[in-house]
Amino acid sequence: MRIQGRGIAITIYLLALFLPIYWLLNMSFKTNGEIMSGLNFWPHHVTLRNYAHIFTDPAWYLGFVHSLTYVALNTVISVSLALPAAYAFSRYRFIGDKHLFFWLLSNLMAPTAVYAMPFFNLYYSIGLFDTVWAVALAHCLFNVPLAVWILEGFISGVPREIDETAALDGYSFPRFFIKIFLPLIANGIGVAAFFCFMFSWVEQLLATTLTTVHAKPIVAVMTRVYSAEGMDWGLLAAAGVLTMVPGAIVIWFVRNHIAKGFALGRV
Amino acid sequence: MSLVLDHVGLTVGQEVVINDVSLTFERGTMNVLLGPTLSGKTTLMRLMAGLDKLTAGTIHVHGKNVAGIPVRRRSVAMVYQQFVNYPSLTVYENIASPLRVAGLPKAEIEDRVTEASRVLRLDPFLDRLPAQLSGGQQQRTAIARALVKRAELVLLDEPLANLDYKLREELREELPRLFAESGTILVYATTEPAEALLLGGTTATLWQGRVTQIGATPLVYRKPANIDAARVFSDPPLNEMGVTKSASQVTLSDGRALTSDALLAGLPDGAYRIGFRVEDARIGPPTGATDAFPGVVSVTEISGSESFVHLDVGFATWVSLVLGVHDWQPGAAAEIRIDPRRVFVFDAAGLLLRAPEAMSVSPLAVMA
Repeated sequence: MRIQGRGIAITIYLLALFLPIYWLLNMSFKTNGEIMSGLNFWPHHVTLRNYAHIFTDPAWYLGFVHSLTYVALNTVISVSLALPAAYAFSRYRFIGDKHLFFWLLSNLMAPTAVYAMPFFNLYYSIGLFDTVWAVALAHCLFNVPLAVWILEGFISGVPREIDETAALDGYSFPRFFIKIFLPLIANGIGVAAFFCFMFSWVEQLLATTLTTVHAKPIVAVMTRVYSAEGMDWGLLAAAGVLTMVPGAIVIWFVRNHIAKGFALGRV
Repeated sequence: MSLVLDHVGLTVGQEVVINDVSLTFERGTMNVLLGPTLSGKTTLMRLMAGLDKLTAGTIHVHGKNVAGIPVRRRSVAMVYQQFVNYPSLTVYENIASPLRVAGLPKAEIEDRVTEASRVLRLDPFLDRLPAQLSGGQQQRTAIARALVKRAELVLLDEPLANLDYKLREELREELPRLFAESGTILVYATTEPAEALLLGGTTATLWQGRVTQIGATPLVYRKPANIDAARVFSDPPLNEMGVTKSASQVTLSDGRALTSDALLAGLPDGAYRIGFRVEDARIGPPTGATDAFPGVVSVTEISGSESFVHLDVGFATWVSLVLGVHDWQPGAAAEIRIDPRRVFVFDAAGLLLRAPEAMSVSPLAVMA
């Protein structure tokens, strides 16, 4: 009896959770005419025209390519910059270390809009404007501190004696770091990379401000669906579905790491 | 090969952690650092290994100052109290690690690892990860890694403290033998006097960052140079009392006068501290004898073949060791008698004036 009640509760919860996603999926397989014609719980005239449009029109699929490129670049840059920083914060005491650590975090507190203008002007003057690098570097603003914060927790979870034992065994620092240390914080790297990916993927303001044509992200492309006939609902829904796919794939791969990250209390 | 610590000191902030330590270690010797927790054993070992930098003094190896030599270029191996292994490497790779880094040929590595794992009985576990081993096996892995390196200096920091009793006894016998063959300087830190005595060799007692005495282990045990060394080398703690002698009259700190001056016979007037070990505190039912110290039992610890009876004698709580299981109930009246020939007498500054004669029979046999 109790089990049944629990089952019903979970079912309702999942229904509520998946309803918007289902509706988006539902719309993406309908024609605009069907979307506008009334309430249909599933597509009566299934069409792949919306998806076909995205995969054949360069304006659309390049949006995905640009987004994925700067997100990947940003994730790699953020994690590789954060690793040595987090190691230093965890292992060494230096003047102002705690203040510096907190100051890093304070970067996450300012609204991104504050940084949009200076970045725009700076990148424009050095010729980085409208490149994937512009967005990838700009996103480091909040992703590097985040990655440092997450990794520091994981690194502090590794006993210092392991570093010392490696030194006693004769390891040089780079060799120790790559061969011994990185495998020990693989979970942390996974978690940090996931969050960098996620925040860079969903960030819209900097991405649209710092690009026009050559590095236009998918979120910017999606705002251009108005035409003479009005809004192209089906196309927008298909783009929305495709936008969720990379996130879902990444979550699938790091789900176990994330659980450990939560257990460590740093996420 | 010799290792010389010359007036070594370490000050962290305002705190003096290691205070003017001078020690010499010769190759092929067993050296025990004996001291209570926080006495500086681990810190001293870290300084010897080069993991921490000294703030005073010098360390010479082969007559050469090693201050500027990084840890990884020194010939040092260390085993920590907590089991430290590389979690992501198998037991085999853990043991082989220093040899791999040194770039030894494969066959040589194989030989040394096989030999070490055979001696430390790790051969069935070579393919496992450290997390899949018991604590004892993990610590044996760490010891094996120190062994295969054949370092000139091997530092064992309470390596057996976290192991179970049986394993501890076994390894305690084996360890010195394992390292003896390689002619290494073995330094072994422990909090347990009994462990120091079993290991033998030379003992340096540490107390609050200072070396209070250096000497052959049994000698340090029998004739601690001062009260600090005696305290360090007594477990359970040394029973103590402060006394004053004036005109053949011995007075306790609480004003009580003793009937005879036997405890301080032949010593001039003055203030003294008397110490005696638990095995020399003979407890019995109260007789009212004038030379006994009456008191009330506060706790009795029974450890199988022995019982430790804690007796509150008013100015102190003394511990008496009795063989067998004795049921002294808390609150029971009892008295402790001290044989004047079995006490340590220290002067007011804590220096040893008189130690008990060495006995040909075990102190336990005398009591029985």
